[in-house]
Amino acid sequence: MADPRGLPRASSALLQLAAIVLAVLLTTLVLLAAHAPPVAAYLNIVLGAVGSWNVAANVLVSWVPLLLATSGLLVTFTAGLWNIGIEGQITLGAVFTTWVLRGLQGSSVDPGLAIVLSIAAGIAGGALWALLAGALKTFGGVNEIFGGLGLNFVASALNLWLIFGPWKRPGVASMSGTVPFVKELWLPTLSAQSRLAPAAVAIALAAVAIVYVLLQGTHFGLRLKAVGKNPSSAYLLGVPTWQHMMISFALCGVCAGLAGAVQVTAVYHRLIPSISSGYGYLGLMVGMLSGYRAALAALVALFFAALNVGSIQLPIVLKQDSSLAGVLQGTLVLFVLLAQGVRQRLARERTARRRPS
Amino acid sequence: MSFEVVLVGLAGVLTAAAPIIFAVIGETVSERAGVTNLSMNGKILLSAMGGFAVALATNSLLLGFLAGAAIGGLVALLLAFASITLRQSQVAVGFVLTLLCRDLSYFLGNPIMGATAPRLSNLPVPGLREVPVLGVLLFRQDLMTYLSFVLIVAAWLYIFRTRPGLMLRGIGERPAAAYVRGANVNRLRYLYTIAGGAIAGLAGPVYSLSVKAGWKGTISGLDGIGWIALAITIFGGWNPFRAALGAYLFALLQWLGLVLQPALPGVPSQVLQVAPFPLMILTLLFVNIGNAEWVERSLSRLPEPIRRRVARALRALNATPPAALGTPFEKE
Repeated sequence: MADPRGLPRASSALLQLAAIVLAVLLTTLVLLAAHAPPVAAYLNIVLGAVGSWNVAANVLVSWVPLLLATSGLLVTFTAGLWNIGIEGQITLGAVFTTWVLRGLQGSSVDPGLAIVLSIAAGIAGGALWALLAGALKTFGGVNEIFGGLGLNFVASALNLWLIFGPWKRPGVASMSGTVPFVKELWLPTLSAQSRLAPAAVAIALAAVAIVYVLLQGTHFGLRLKAVGKNPSSAYLLGVPTWQHMMISFALCGVCAGLAGAVQVTAVYHRLIPSISSGYGYLGLMVGMLSGYRAALAALVALFFAALNVGSIQLPIVLKQDSSLAGVLQGTLVLFVLLAQGVRQRLARERTARRRPS
Repeated sequence: MSFEVVLVGLAGVLTAAAPIIFAVIGETVSERAGVTNLSMNGKILLSAMGGFAVALATNSLLLGFLAGAAIGGLVALLLAFASITLRQSQVAVGFVLTLLCRDLSYFLGNPIMGATAPRLSNLPVPGLREVPVLGVLLFRQDLMTYLSFVLIVAAWLYIFRTRPGLMLRGIGERPAAAYVRGANVNRLRYLYTIAGGAIAGLAGPVYSLSVKAGWKGTISGLDGIGWIALAITIFGGWNPFRAALGAYLFALLQWLGLVLQPALPGVPSQVLQVAPFPLMILTLLFVNIGNAEWVERSLSRLPEPIRRRVARALRALNATPPAALGTPFEKE
């Protein structure tokens, strides 16, 4: 079935395919420009992502924060908001989690409860930072992109100050972060060597499922879509616009805070300078590439996580920078956006031909 | 600190602000035409790497700078095509381009990390260099810093004092009216987006061939500057003079951070380097808050003399973006 005014489904699919082929072609050209053997590079990425149980587990480890960030962003995207401040929201989540864990470490509180409390604190931290960006937008008229960006820098400054100041390692402060927590406060992993915590995967899957239901199956999701499509008509129809925007910021902050909490409790077991690791920005890309659909976003996030983990091999094996993953991700999203534009343009021209003016 | 040292420091602030000036003026031109080019952060990195690589290969500074401008123009062309011809969201495409350009610069720049390329040297102006105070401050700079001074004035004159400048403002404010007056809105938008991109593209090589000479990959210290430049464009209210003021204030704050470092041993250097960013949010808040409806309402409750003064202060700071910024133009 085709959209009555759109293109037949076959040509739409063909355009999507062309976008992907072009993205790979362009990335291959980039590889050739860097005098790198393309086939070997791609093979290394694939092997680096699925070559062993260990690296495959690492893909899941990287999938969790990316999926959490993406889930949150689907909510803000639906409300028509560009929550670029998500990087800072992840950072604040990590900071709050570390804060509570530091306080409870060595106390009589049960370690399990301490972990739960610290994750709750992370959620609060992420939501707080997101609400700040939301308040700047709703009450200060500051575009969420720039308010969010500023808050990202503030969050990373706060993080660095804590690592090099009050929370520094005894002796010398360093970029390697704070002192690791005692093993009891680590989120339990599959095995002693693995960094994959089943609970973290469960949290991420739950988050994306909840967001999917919220956006597709509830009245709230419908109102949020109305706000995103056209805030002023939504307002005229009786949807409290700014309240919905604030709620969507808060929900995204919750997911981002969770991502930060997971990075601290399950992956690094301490606070490190680049704790958000760019997952927030990457989540924005995943959202765009998946056309803001939750189910597809989960798969795209998995693919992007695999690219990131797979490309870690490049510097070791081929002496090439691991940013190739970003190049491929970027060209993919760019060409998919361009293909979407071409498709819409063709559809417009078809309609124009049918109704000559 | 002696007066002479402060003066040399301030001259350094003018040099350090030069690349930001190029970025901010370029973006101002593009946004005046109605196109937000969000790719700035990645564009600066890519043009810094590209300009450095070309200067390294050809041993020519001129070709290095031209390469930077070409990269900036090319990225802008992509954005113009996607947003004007294909009508995709400027924000979405710009954001993708910013990440893509960043990763491209790190990947392609990997082999030339740490190499030594020619570096722009100072070019004191004969005669004027000896003028007390101003000589040190203004006339012992390098060529690109002089060019940044000229650019500020030239951009202002072009935008506000020429006929094509009037048309430029027109296609950003009321494209339909400009169209009726005979302007080819979309072609002009292409032109100004690419021109603005090329000007902003100069910022990269000004860093890699002068201000922060060299290419050091992720530790080049350039990641983030583009975002600041975009914020300064808003602070500048799309006016070259005010935008330049923002760039100089930013460079001054960064310099103060460095100077004050020894006096504040408890504060790690990384924190002082980001100190301008919270201030940026605050200024953006002040620039925008006058547009918020509740401000109007609460102001009316203040006693009259205070109300008038606050309202005037807000109006002075307030900046309204070009009315058609971010929206595609379609002739009916």
